[in-house]
Amino acid sequence: MKNKILEWVDDRFPLTKTFNEHLGQYYVPKNFNMWYFFGSLAIMMLVIQIVSGIFLTMNYKPDGLSAFGSVEYIMRDVEWGWLIRYMHSTGASFFFIVIYLHMFRGLLYGSYKKPRELVWMIGVGIFLLLMAEAFMGYLLPWGQMSYWGAQVIISLFGAVPFIGPELALWIRGDFVVADATLNRFFAFHVIAAPLVLLGLVVVHITALHEVGSNNPDGIDIKKDKDENGIPRDGIPFHPYYTVKDAFGASLFLIFFCAVMFFWPEGGGYFIEAPNFVPADPLKTPDHIAPVWYFTPFYTILRAIPSIAGSPFPGVVAMGASTLIFLLLPWLDRSPVKSIRYRSTTFKLWVTMFVIVFFILGYLGTKAPSPVFNIIGQICTVLYFAFFVCMPWYTKNEKCKPVPERVTNK
Amino acid sequence: MKKLMIAILMMALPALGMAAGSSIPLLSANIDLDDKESLQRGATIFVNNCLNCHSAHYMRYNRMSEDLGISESDLKAMMFTTDRVGDTMKVALDPKEAKSWFGTVPPDLTVIERFRGADWLYTYFLSFYKDDSRPFGVNNLLFKDVGMPHALTGMQGLADPIYKDVTLPDGTIIQVVDGISQPAGGSMSVPDYEESVRDLVGFMVYMAEPAKLVRYDLGWKVIAFLIFLTFLLYLLKKEYWRDIH
Repeated sequence: MKNKILEWVDDRFPLTKTFNEHLGQYYVPKNFNMWYFFGSLAIMMLVIQIVSGIFLTMNYKPDGLSAFGSVEYIMRDVEWGWLIRYMHSTGASFFFIVIYLHMFRGLLYGSYKKPRELVWMIGVGIFLLLMAEAFMGYLLPWGQMSYWGAQVIISLFGAVPFIGPELALWIRGDFVVADATLNRFFAFHVIAAPLVLLGLVVVHITALHEVGSNNPDGIDIKKDKDENGIPRDGIPFHPYYTVKDAFGASLFLIFFCAVMFFWPEGGGYFIEAPNFVPADPLKTPDHIAPVWYFTPFYTILRAIPSIAGSPFPGVVAMGASTLIFLLLPWLDRSPVKSIRYRSTTFKLWVTMFVIVFFILGYLGTKAPSPVFNIIGQICTVLYFAFFVCMPWYTKNEKCKPVPERVTNK
Repeated sequence: MKKLMIAILMMALPALGMAAGSSIPLLSANIDLDDKESLQRGATIFVNNCLNCHSAHYMRYNRMSEDLGISESDLKAMMFTTDRVGDTMKVALDPKEAKSWFGTVPPDLTVIERFRGADWLYTYFLSFYKDDSRPFGVNNLLFKDVGMPHALTGMQGLADPIYKDVTLPDGTIIQVVDGISQPAGGSMSVPDYEESVRDLVGFMVYMAEPAKLVRYDLGWKVIAFLIFLTFLLYLLKKEYWRDIH
């Protein structure tokens, strides 16, 4: 009976074919380590955000007068509303934790290198869109930090030469962040951005499955196939990695739930304390800090001095600091993919980059001070140096010999 | 166990905690949300002293009575501006008049604890002192030149400021408030007042997030289940991967 139905469907829709292409007979290297959990975890986070978001939308009111109250209504009067809301707010931070680790995995094992340049670039596109999505979502609770954070970031567009003020006005739909801004951000946050995001994720995975996954050894498993044309170091994604990723997802959810139930404010980093005061256009908070996942780029923005009173150079630097990831496949000229077989020089550069990224992130949460500004400027230089100098320190890199077959470390 | 869990999480992500930006160190409020009687006493103090000027716009009377175990008759005695138990804690004060009296509209207090923190509130209520230069004759060590009168004077009495001399670089000596004396003239002893403030702040912690009463217990159950599930999935993964070398 089951087979009959499947046959009936398969005659009309490539169900079995699609399943096999992407899961059942999709061969992936057998030596994935824990870094490879973060791809499937990112999909899980996307699903959690969409599902919890749908339920929030049922009770949230995108209206300057009632938005703040409707969030409290969700927290108090809506059945399980507090859980849904914390799932979404904790989910936003965890989504970024997962994405940052996922990107770092790519850096460690050279996953951006030929033939995966497009996989990487689409991924960077997803990252950028996710930042826009998070930024617009953060306005919706309509607290002081929502409001002033948006005010500060949108005003940056005002720094663009010639068209700046009109551009900022066009984005806000008003002279200050107001009801009109809230409404359009809501529309973008719940429809436009997620729609494009979903599309990009499909393209990301399609591109990946076209070229196949990289692995911690950075070896192309397709070079060594058996008589049936199956890579000797490959195993079908299903069932091997479906069960492994299910284990990874469950392990991850322990951490996720620990924060969601016991520590939803994340020490003031996941939900900022000033956001429990309703938005007030007449009262600027003492210190406006973006949410933690934006802070490295925010520090870069602040580190670049204004020219003739215009913060535009900083805006350009901040934009460049995110867009520069797109060039990574061409900046890295080493033939070896995995960091396991790369030179000490490269390892030191990566270590430096990680430390600098954390320092930039920390500084972005703090109020500016002369010492912090100098540290921020040094770290900004080092951040860009990691990318700009890469062609030189990777060109004649002394790499270790790469094995023929994958290893199980 | 809750504390242990939180401690572990705190260790995992160091350098946390928002700087309050206050000049005096905060006292520890030591709130116990399991102490329902304390929360009930806090609720009484809140509706009698705070709810005249401040609203708690998102807190419903009947939710409070259900969560804290307050009987219907007791609840009715706590309601001054409405007789419908499903109403939220609104206030009859006209915002325009309030502005002319206090210089600012008293903020809604429903979620104020999530902005200030319990320790801040606890310290705030213990930091009022006499200052005749202020409109209501009081000032606050923690919140300088606060627009609010000391609503709990009847309970605490009023403390006097203790001055200390500070020499400025140009040689002039000025007096600055360095601390406050034991309050006098209130109906309560100092420990009793501190206990009452703890009750009040405990209630404000509850009011800021009523879900706090349930989310910890549920959290343990969910995490226990997930640990069990993770263990099972680990065994499943091991079984499937037996033939992969």
